[in-house]
Amino acid sequence: MKKFNKFLLFSLIASLVLVLAACTGGDDEDTGDNGEETGEETGENTGEDTGEEAGGDSEQVLNVNIKEEPPSLNPGLASDTTSSSVLDQVFEGLTRIGPDGQPVNAMAEKIETSDDLTTYTFTIREGATWSNGDPVTAQNFEYAWKWVLNPENAETDYAYQLYSIKNAQKAKAGEVSLDEVGITAKDDKTLVVELEQPTPYFLHLTAFHTYYPVNQNVVEGNDEWFTDAGDTFVTNGPYKLESWSHKDKIVLKKNEDYWDAENVSIKTINMFMVENEDTALNMFNQGELDWVGSPFDSVPLASIPTLKEEGKLNISPLAGVYYYAFNVDEAPFNNKKIRKAFAMSINRKAIVENITQGGQLPAMALVPPTIWEENEEGYFQDNNVEEAKKLLQEGLEEEGMDELPPVTIHYNTSEAHAAIAQAIQDMWRQNLGVEVDLANEEWQVYLDTMGNGNFQVGRMGWLADFNDAINFLEIFQTIGGNNYTNWENEEYASLLEESRTITDKEERTSVLKEAEQIFMDELPISPIYYYTNVYIKKDYVKDVKPSAMGSINLKYGSIEK
Amino acid sequence: MGRYLIQRFGSMVVSLFFIVTITFILMQLAPGGPFASEKKIPPEIEQQMNEKYGLNDPLHIQYFNYLKDVAQWDFGPSFKYTGQSVNDIINRSFEYSLLLGLESIFLALSIGVFLGVIAALRHNTSVDYTAMVIAVLGISVPNFILAAALQYFFAMKLGVLPVARFDSFLHTILPAVALATTPMAFIARLMRSSMLDVLNSDYIKTAKAKGLNERVVTYRHALRNAIMPVVSYLGPLVVAILTGSFVIEEIFDIPGLGAEFVNSVTNRDYTVIMGTTVFFSALLLVSILLVDLLYTLIDPRIKFGKEGGKS
Repeated sequence: MKKFNKFLLFSLIASLVLVLAACTGGDDEDTGDNGEETGEETGENTGEDTGEEAGGDSEQVLNVNIKEEPPSLNPGLASDTTSSSVLDQVFEGLTRIGPDGQPVNAMAEKIETSDDLTTYTFTIREGATWSNGDPVTAQNFEYAWKWVLNPENAETDYAYQLYSIKNAQKAKAGEVSLDEVGITAKDDKTLVVELEQPTPYFLHLTAFHTYYPVNQNVVEGNDEWFTDAGDTFVTNGPYKLESWSHKDKIVLKKNEDYWDAENVSIKTINMFMVENEDTALNMFNQGELDWVGSPFDSVPLASIPTLKEEGKLNISPLAGVYYYAFNVDEAPFNNKKIRKAFAMSINRKAIVENITQGGQLPAMALVPPTIWEENEEGYFQDNNVEEAKKLLQEGLEEEGMDELPPVTIHYNTSEAHAAIAQAIQDMWRQNLGVEVDLANEEWQVYLDTMGNGNFQVGRMGWLADFNDAINFLEIFQTIGGNNYTNWENEEYASLLEESRTITDKEERTSVLKEAEQIFMDELPISPIYYYTNVYIKKDYVKDVKPSAMGSINLKYGSIEK
Repeated sequence: MGRYLIQRFGSMVVSLFFIVTITFILMQLAPGGPFASEKKIPPEIEQQMNEKYGLNDPLHIQYFNYLKDVAQWDFGPSFKYTGQSVNDIINRSFEYSLLLGLESIFLALSIGVFLGVIAALRHNTSVDYTAMVIAVLGISVPNFILAAALQYFFAMKLGVLPVARFDSFLHTILPAVALATTPMAFIARLMRSSMLDVLNSDYIKTAKAKGLNERVVTYRHALRNAIMPVVSYLGPLVVAILTGSFVIEEIFDIPGLGAEFVNSVTNRDYTVIMGTTVFFSALLLVSILLVDLLYTLIDPRIKFGKEGGKS
C-alpha cells in the first residue's frame, strides 16, 4: 500500500515533468516542420560561429534593441521608425544620407539635374546587384514607386512621401493613370524622374525608405514576400536579413556582394525586441546590448540624470519640435496678443533642464536649428514675464474682458507630457494669474479630441520627414491634416506656394523665412523645445551616430575592442 | 455523460457569441481608429485603407462578416503588422505564454500544496508559522515588484541567470517564479485550511483508530479530499496566469500573448483585439470544463447530470 502511494506520487510528478518537456520539445519540432524556420535557425548558428571566428581581437558583432516587432519590412508599406531602422540597413535607395548628414550617391552612380530643378536623371551603379544575384535596374525603382502609388495597394500610408513626383498625388487618388506619373526607366540603367515643382531636397527624399527599389522578379505575384526572412526577401543594401524570429529577434549579416562591401566593417547585427526600457538598460549593463536609446528605443527618463553625471550620455540634435497648439477658435486664444502672452510666460529653459533633461534646446521658433542654425535664438525671449503681462493686458482690453477665463491643457498619457503640463500650469498660474486645468487622455482618444477641435491648448510634436524648412512650415498652410489650431493665413500660404517655384536657394530661403516671421508673429502655437537624440553606447562601438532625421546607418560603423 | 457534454458545449457557444458581440460593440464605441497616428494620413489614402479592411461597410455587415469568420476560427489580418494574420500572431505568441504558464502552474501547485500540507500537519508549530509567513508575503508582494527584485539580485548582482528574453531553460526560471508566487501562496493557504478541516473529520479519526499508518491516512485519505478546493481554483488560475502575465512578459521581454492582448487595444488593432479576446474566452471556458471533469476523477461521489451531483 505504502509503496503504491509513493509510486502514484512519483508518476504524477513524472507526468507533469513530461508534459513540460513535451512542450519544449514541441517548440523544437515546430521549427523543424517549417523549412524556412529551420533555415533561420541554422543561419543563426552559423552566424554566431563566423562571428566568433572573425573575432579574436575584433569581433564585428553589434547588439541593439529595436524595442518592438517592425510592423512592416516592405519598404513601400513601412511608415514607422522601427521598420525603417531595419530597412535602412538592408535596402538602399538612389542616395544614402552620409555621415555628415548630406545625401551621397548610393545605388545611383551619377545624378544629373535639369536647370529648373524639376527633372532628375539617375544612372544606376554598374555592378549593383540584389542579394539573389539579379542586377539592380532602373525598372526596379519604377516598379517599386508605382506600386506604392497604385490606388489598389491600399496600405501604403507613406505614399505621400512620393508626392513631389509629377502626377503622383493624382495617380494615388485615381484621377490619372500610373503611366502619366513622372517616373520613366529609359533603359536598364537610366531612371528619369520629373517633379511637380523644383524640389531642392529631392535627393534627401531618395534616401528615404519609401523610395527604395524592390526586385520585381521575386516580388510580383507574391504578396507575402516581406513577411519572413528567406528566399523571397531579396535586398540590395549593405546587410542581408539573415533571420527574423517575430517579436523576438532579427539578425542581419553583411552582404559580401554589396558594391561598397569593403567599407562595411560590422559583420553581424543582432536586433532584439525588448519593449521595457528598464530591462533594456539592465541588459546593456550586463553587456548583452551595445546600444540603448535613439533612434532604436529610448533611455529610461529616470536614469538620464545618473547617466549624465557619469558622462555616459550621448546627445545629438534631432530635427523636431515639441509644441503646444492653441485652438484659435476658442477664447481667449482667438486673440494674438493673448497667445503671445501665454507663449512668453513659459520658462523653457527650466523645462529642458529639470524635466526632459536630454540636452533639448528651448524653442522660440518653428523650424529647428538643425535646418536653420540661427533659430537657436528664436523670435522672442524665453520666460519674458514682464512683456507677457503687458501683452495680456492689451489683449484683454482688445477683447473687452476683465480677466482670463479658465484654460485647460490637453495632453496624451505619458510621464514626460504630464510633468511638462504641470510645470506650464504652474508658470501660467503664477505669471498670468489664470486658472489652468489639466486633461490627460489615452493616445487614440487624444487624437480624436484634437481632430474634432475640442480643446483650448494641446500638446503636439513634429519630427521632420526630410531635412528642409518647408516640412515644418507646410503643416500650417491650411486647416486640417496636422494643423489642429484652426489657424490659416492667406499671406503665409501664398508665400509657401511662391517658395515652391523658386529655384534659387538663397531666394527660396528668404521667402520661407518671411513666412516663418508671419507665423511667429501670429503664433498659433507655442514652441517648447527642439528634440534631441539621446543614447548610450559601449565605447567600442565607433562611427555610428543617429542623424538629425532620427535614422541611423550602421554601414559606416565599426567595433574596436 | 454525453448529454452533459453536449449541454456544456452549447452553453459555451452561447457565451462566446455574447463575448464576441459585446467586444465588437465596445470596440466600435472607443474613439480613435487603427490608422490614426501623430502624422495624419492624407484623406485619399485613409479612404483606400478603410475600403480595403471593410471599415466603410455598415456596422451590421461588418459584424456579420466577423461572426462568419470567427465561426471558422479565422480572425483576419492584423492592421498594424502588415502581411501577418491574427491567427499567426496568436499561434506564435501562445507557445511562449503556454510554456511559461505551465511552468508557473507546476511550481505554484507543487510548492503550494506541499507548504499547505506540512503547515496543516505541523499545525501551530514553527513550521506552520514559517509556511504561512511565506504565503502572506507571496500574496502581498505584487508580481511585478518581485520580478524586478528577482531580476536585480539573480541577474544583475549575482549574474547567475540571464536578465531577460526566453531562449533557454535558464531564461524561464525567473519569470516562472515571479508569476507563480502569488497563486502558490494562495494555494498554500487554501490547502492548509482545507487540510485542517479534513484532518479533524470523523473518517480520519476512524482511520487512525483502526491503526492505519499515519502516512497512509494523510496521503491517501486526507490529501485527496483536502485538495478539492485547490482543483476548483485551477480553472481561473490557468486563465489568470495566461492573461495576467502581461507585466511579467514585459519585464522579462517574453514575446507572449499577454502583451499582444494589451497592446492591441492601444493600437486599436481591431482584429487582434477581437482575436485575442475570443481566444482567451474560449480558453477560459474550456479550462473550466476540464476542471469540472477533473472533479469526477478525484471524487467519485460527483456524478454528472444527476441530482445532488455537482456540475
